[in-house]
Amino acid sequence: MQMPVPDAAVLSKKARIVELLQSVLPKEAVIHEPEETRAYECDALTAYKCPPLAAVLPGSTEQVAAVLRICHEEGVPVVPRGSGTSLAGGALPTADCIILGVARLNAVLETDYDNRFIRVQTGRTNLSVTGAVEEHEFFYAPDPSSQLACAIAGNIGMNSGGAHCLKYGVTTNNLMGVTMVLMDGTIVEIGGAHLDAGGLDLLGVVCGSEGQLGVVTEATLRILRKPEGARPVLMGFDSNEVAGACVSDIIKAGVLPVAIEFMDRPCIEASEAFAHAGYPICEALLIVEVEGSPAEIDEQLGVILQIARSHNPVELRESKSAEESAKIWLGRKSAFGAMGQINDYMCLDGTIPVSSLPLVLRRIGEMSKQYGLDVANVFHAGDGNMHPLILFDANKPGDLELCEAFGADILKLCVEVGGCLTGEHGVGVEKRDLMLNQFTADDLEAQLWVKDVFDPAWLLNPAKVFPLSVTQTRRAA
Amino acid sequence: MNPSNEVELSEAIASAKGPLSIRGGGTRPIGSPVTGDLLSVAGLSGIELYEPGALTIVVRAGTALAEVEKALAAENQRLAFEPMDHRGLLGTSGTPTIGGVVAANVSGPRRIQVGAARDHLLGVRFVDGRGSVIKNGGRVMKNVTGYDLVKLMAGSFGTLGVLSEVSLKVLPKTDAIASLMIYGLSDDGAVAAMSKALGSPFEVSGAAHVNESADGVAVTFIRVEGFEASVAYRLAQLTDLLAGRGEIVTLTDHDKVAAQWRDIRDAKSHHASGDDIWRLSVKPSDAPAIAARMPRGTRVTYDWAGGLIWAGTDSGTDLRAAIGPFNGHATLIRADEATRAALPVFHPEPAPLAAISHGLRAKFDPRGILNPGLMG
Ligand SMILES: Cc1cc2nc3c(=O)[nH]c(=O)nc-3n(C[C@H](O)[C@H](O)[C@H](O)COP(=O)(O)OP(=O)(O)OC[C@H]3O[C@@H](n4cnc5c(N)ncnc54)[C@H](O)[C@@H]3O)c2cc1C
Repeated sequence: MQMPVPDAAVLSKKARIVELLQSVLPKEAVIHEPEETRAYECDALTAYKCPPLAAVLPGSTEQVAAVLRICHEEGVPVVPRGSGTSLAGGALPTADCIILGVARLNAVLETDYDNRFIRVQTGRTNLSVTGAVEEHEFFYAPDPSSQLACAIAGNIGMNSGGAHCLKYGVTTNNLMGVTMVLMDGTIVEIGGAHLDAGGLDLLGVVCGSEGQLGVVTEATLRILRKPEGARPVLMGFDSNEVAGACVSDIIKAGVLPVAIEFMDRPCIEASEAFAHAGYPICEALLIVEVEGSPAEIDEQLGVILQIARSHNPVELRESKSAEESAKIWLGRKSAFGAMGQINDYMCLDGTIPVSSLPLVLRRIGEMSKQYGLDVANVFHAGDGNMHPLILFDANKPGDLELCEAFGADILKLCVEVGGCLTGEHGVGVEKRDLMLNQFTADDLEAQLWVKDVFDPAWLLNPAKVFPLSVTQTRRAA
Repeated sequence: MNPSNEVELSEAIASAKGPLSIRGGGTRPIGSPVTGDLLSVAGLSGIELYEPGALTIVVRAGTALAEVEKALAAENQRLAFEPMDHRGLLGTSGTPTIGGVVAANVSGPRRIQVGAARDHLLGVRFVDGRGSVIKNGGRVMKNVTGYDLVKLMAGSFGTLGVLSEVSLKVLPKTDAIASLMIYGLSDDGAVAAMSKALGSPFEVSGAAHVNESADGVAVTFIRVEGFEASVAYRLAQLTDLLAGRGEIVTLTDHDKVAAQWRDIRDAKSHHASGDDIWRLSVKPSDAPAIAARMPRGTRVTYDWAGGLIWAGTDSGTDLRAAIGPFNGHATLIRADEATRAALPVFHPEPAPLAAISHGLRAKFDPRGILNPGLMG
């Protein structure tokens, strides 16, 4: 994978830049010794690594502004970072960049149950946002599987999703406002505790902009009252096609489950060996969860079970207790960990129209044979967001490249059937060079205009999202 | 100009010699007055693709909203964000189009539960001010590929580009609906009651307060929807929860409840007045105090649990000046041309954000020909 040649002028004035940063931040908040900067050399896309020039950990929005003013004046690229769990290389440094981490900005600023929002600093982890409102029976809906570690900053950067977004939406649908620092140090407030934009929807375009438009330091998030209860049912089928048809029928029937998760045989086998959740070993497994009062849950599950039965399931297991629910979710939740135990893997994230599910799974199976690499599929079926996990051996020369080529083919297939390259992980560096498969030059140009306006000097996370060839002249200017 | 497809639309814009006034159905003449050649998008009509099992529909921008809703109803689905019909309020006739709904980000009472039009918009195709065709988003429910220009286009009132096609997330229709009405609450009391209802687990899908109903008594409305037994259960729970605040009456007749919420959605109590109409988006608990700062005689109703204020003022009143600074924004929805030319229709933005909005328009429409000045 190609990255821009580091700016020699910036590299040569490292000492001066560090000194300037130390003049606006506490000493320990500026990390510049080579053995320390290595801690920031990658995110969760660990195949690519590069220590930054320095990393800073400001403690306030004003300090973020001071850092950005310096970098702006000195022409130093800045890569914003939350917790570094991006799977797309969104927080991957370049040798000439400053990593601006918001990890120290983790306070809860305001909780308002009457108006149903919470205002936090963005270094706060996703799960601890719910943690802050749980005792009042409220929660923050977007729940990426990485929620214990990932920060609201990165959730906003990537517009992250989760298992429950079929009902509650993704980050952008739950984000009401931000405090953001522009590259020149200007602090702006967008949105707030009210709904919708009064002019152009700038909040909408900031969410998911992968750290390229500004550094978000505070966020107003919608919180919701917890449902009275939730219960999943597990169903096994002897083909992916039948499971896919069942998903479509459930959606058409007018019940809106909070989650519909799908696992295929390789994934079921791996997570069963790892987590012993007692899953049936079959071709395809669905976990469907609904919410409400006990009677409401019974009614919805009744409809769902009836549909499932009409598809001749090999297994149908309705949870009757919290323990049984936990057991049903256990295998799904440990799927990634299970795959990690047996192999190196690459996790893809394309979305497809739900109707193409059987076709896409069949084609992935065929490609798996051609490439000689195994694939396990686990994904959010209700919204078509797939997570094929391609297994490879990082120690085997050429295997990573083979895996990447296979991955690119799967993503191209997603686009071909009417879907997209990434449903929730973001483009980062990983899918950057595939963008022209989904977009025309004009489509991309319109996106670049937005960056031109927010960050005219192209200093914020400049090597991400767009093919380098497309951004070359802007970055060089 | 009356293009009938995207290619003709692109040619019309590329060859335009001066400003264009862009129109879908012409039922929502919102914004500062625009002078320019009329460009009608109504000819770009038809449903491209509808997949009920994937909860998605792709429609050309000029398609009548009614046509979209009819197709969805045949599959027992709907646009969950409940777009308001502006004809009664604005005294317009004509046929609302789906492109107009998106361009004005039009939602209704269910906004508080399921989100706005922008939250259901999955993809757009549009023509920019140079005549280039641009697409963003797509027709799948989860998509973070590149910047989200979809959100930016929603509510941009044609000032960044002319929509040619939109794809939307749709949701199942619900079996039953019911209203719970509380009579005689003050504005403060109403906002507190609505907040209590929304803070419950009973999935409220509408909360409005009309303090000058036909019979002169303030009424607070709470709506629940879903399977029949579930609606009955939640209605009972909410009745308990809100007991002791005022007389409570419930209504479960489907058509009557639907008509009630259509009136709320369309701000019906303001239709007949000669007032200027302002629409304010605020933090719900701030709403009564903000309303109290309005000039005497201002007629106020609340939707979105207080977060949306409809205010009717004497013609020519600068409501923003009267109430002073507040968190949120006020849009002058209905007023004569002179007032809309004199007062900013859209809420003035702080300087750095205004510069960004201006910068975006200059990029997307470098000649400044797309509804110039409409949003200020
Ligand atoms: C095991 C595992 C499971 C995962 N499961 C999911 C899942 O279910 N759903 C999902 O959507 N994702 C998932 N992810 C991906 C990842 O966790 C998300 O993308 C997450 O939101 C990243 O958050 P972070 O704080 O770690 O951000 P980082 O990795 O630090 O950064 C992510 C992006 O945001 C930008 N950014 C960071 N901070 C800021 C800021 N303050 N202002 C502006 N931009 C900023 C960065 O520059 C970068 O482009 C998973 C990852 C792992 C490792």
